[in-house]
Amino acid sequence: MTSASPSLTPLPAASGEPSALAEITQETLALTRRLFVQLARRPSTLVAGVLQPLIWLVLFGALFANAPEGLLPGGISYGRFLGAGVIVFTAFSAALNAGLPVMFDREFGFLNRLLVAPLRSRSSIVFASVLYITSLSLVQSLAIMGTAALLGYGWPGGAGLLLVLVTLLLLVFAVTALSLGLAFALPGHIELIAVIFVANLPLLFASTALAPISFMPPWLGWLAALNPLTFAIEPIRAAYAGSFHLTDVVLVAPYGSLTALTCLAILAGLAAGLFLLIRPMLDRKLT
Amino acid sequence: MIELEHLSKRFGGRKVAPVQALDDLSLSVPAGSLYGLLGPNGAGKTTALRILCTLLAPDAGQVRVAGVDALAEPRAVRRLLGYVAQEVAIDKILTGRELLHLQAALHHMGAADRLERTAELIELLTMGDWIDRRCGGYSGGMRRRLDLAAGLLHRPRVLVLDEPTVGLDIESRATIWQVLRQLRDQGTTVLLSSHYLEEVDALADRLAIIDGGRVIAEGTPAALKGALGGDRVTLRVREFSDEQEASRVRDLLQACRGVRQVVVNRAQGYSLNLVVEDSGVVETLRQQLAEAQLPVFALAQSRPSLDDVYLQATGRTLSDAELSVAGRRDLKEERKQSMR
Repeated sequence: MTSASPSLTPLPAASGEPSALAEITQETLALTRRLFVQLARRPSTLVAGVLQPLIWLVLFGALFANAPEGLLPGGISYGRFLGAGVIVFTAFSAALNAGLPVMFDREFGFLNRLLVAPLRSRSSIVFASVLYITSLSLVQSLAIMGTAALLGYGWPGGAGLLLVLVTLLLLVFAVTALSLGLAFALPGHIELIAVIFVANLPLLFASTALAPISFMPPWLGWLAALNPLTFAIEPIRAAYAGSFHLTDVVLVAPYGSLTALTCLAILAGLAAGLFLLIRPMLDRKLT
Repeated sequence: MIELEHLSKRFGGRKVAPVQALDDLSLSVPAGSLYGLLGPNGAGKTTALRILCTLLAPDAGQVRVAGVDALAEPRAVRRLLGYVAQEVAIDKILTGRELLHLQAALHHMGAADRLERTAELIELLTMGDWIDRRCGGYSGGMRRRLDLAAGLLHRPRVLVLDEPTVGLDIESRATIWQVLRQLRDQGTTVLLSSHYLEEVDALADRLAIIDGGRVIAEGTPAALKGALGGDRVTLRVREFSDEQEASRVRDLLQACRGVRQVVVNRAQGYSLNLVVEDSGVVETLRQQLAEAQLPVFALAQSRPSLDDVYLQATGRTLSDAELSVAGRRDLKEERKQSMR
């Protein structure tokens, strides 16, 4: 019983602050670990998350199986065209839902536990969600890519795989930041789910996931050419098309042609911008 | 150790009528004491504690913990504080041990320290039998004990507890009381809020009574009760008396030396409540009643309680205050405020 004696010196930290990086890493990994333990004990999220895009791929891919050859730019089959769209849409949906666990933490008071703790940086909460969602998306994407390969839709190859990875990371970071921002800004999970529901499918249809811009009326083409999903889809589609360079044009938009590098730069800018935008919300505690 | 100076906080505004949760509240908690914050629900206890724990910013006022300005250096204060919130914040998917390990990482504890501290607290709060089960299956008492362990994990110098024993079984409550006393004896400053009179009376070295967002009385329980003076006596001549008899007895009592404030309590079958200056007076009362040929069905005598202190300061009892406040609160709005 005497073991509970609280020492009168504040904390071991008093003898020289450990490095910020080490502390942020410790916080982030502990929070990420929690998310993975939850996933392992409630695997239905993972099972559904992998199955759903596969169903998309098989059913949607088959929908246009008998479309006239040469209909799509570059003469590729619809299934091969669709692969990139399904990968991006899956990662996007997962990231858009990243705010939900945080919202439930808010509602159940668990977030207070994090906010009362002397976190070195509250960005750790964002980093943990990004790490978790990125890993999840990676598993989903590999499943999609494997299935696509089995269906004869091709495989991106080594450098292509790296490009797929970088693109997904940027998109997931941006959308996760957005979703966490919503989780702090909206009053409750009902509202958050409503926003996710409203944003999800229209963003899919107003992108190049299901059809190229050349199929669309001008107004929709403009929307698709401004949609962040398109900037993620086109580099991945290029990676699937075989040999490519980062400076190749991947998107012919109404306002001009964009290279893969430009697309990635836009995504990176978006990720950085959204992260900077939601940071103050995390520190809002003293307002 | 804890200094709250002139804290004000107002909630609501645009859509709902604003509520002044704190109104120039000042409080000083000495180091190493077990300090109680007593008041009815809605008095502002939780708001004050949330401001102290850097979860909420006051509209005005200063907060210092061990000399550190909580508004300027919130992270330094978070290191000093352990906070056990009113709503137990656990993740039902994790086991108790996993929750403690997560908490350790959030406080940047090393692996060896984490294991040692976890083992100590499991023993201290007797959680050994169930700590490796998932929190979802815990009873209220188990959750509260785990929550207390999480608050103590990093050896805080100041432990803040918001209504720590509400709705608990007797065994868990006794365990928590014992641990709090032990912590105080070992030098931790403990600040707890409660709307249970007995809890604050039994535990606290000092207390502040809060009402309407301000401190209305402050001191040791004995000093506060002693300041009122006299004993409380409840007298019933019959189980159910009538108004006529009650007023006859009242006149008789008022004539006695050393008797103050005789009140007829209609709701309690015309019983009489009075304050006597010392216990000797009660004997005189019995004699006088016997001489007047009046029976005594019941005669209860007690030292003044903290409820009497509250009654003296506000003109109503704590339970009456709870009822009147309950109607004025906007719980939905409060819930929104507590969600961060």
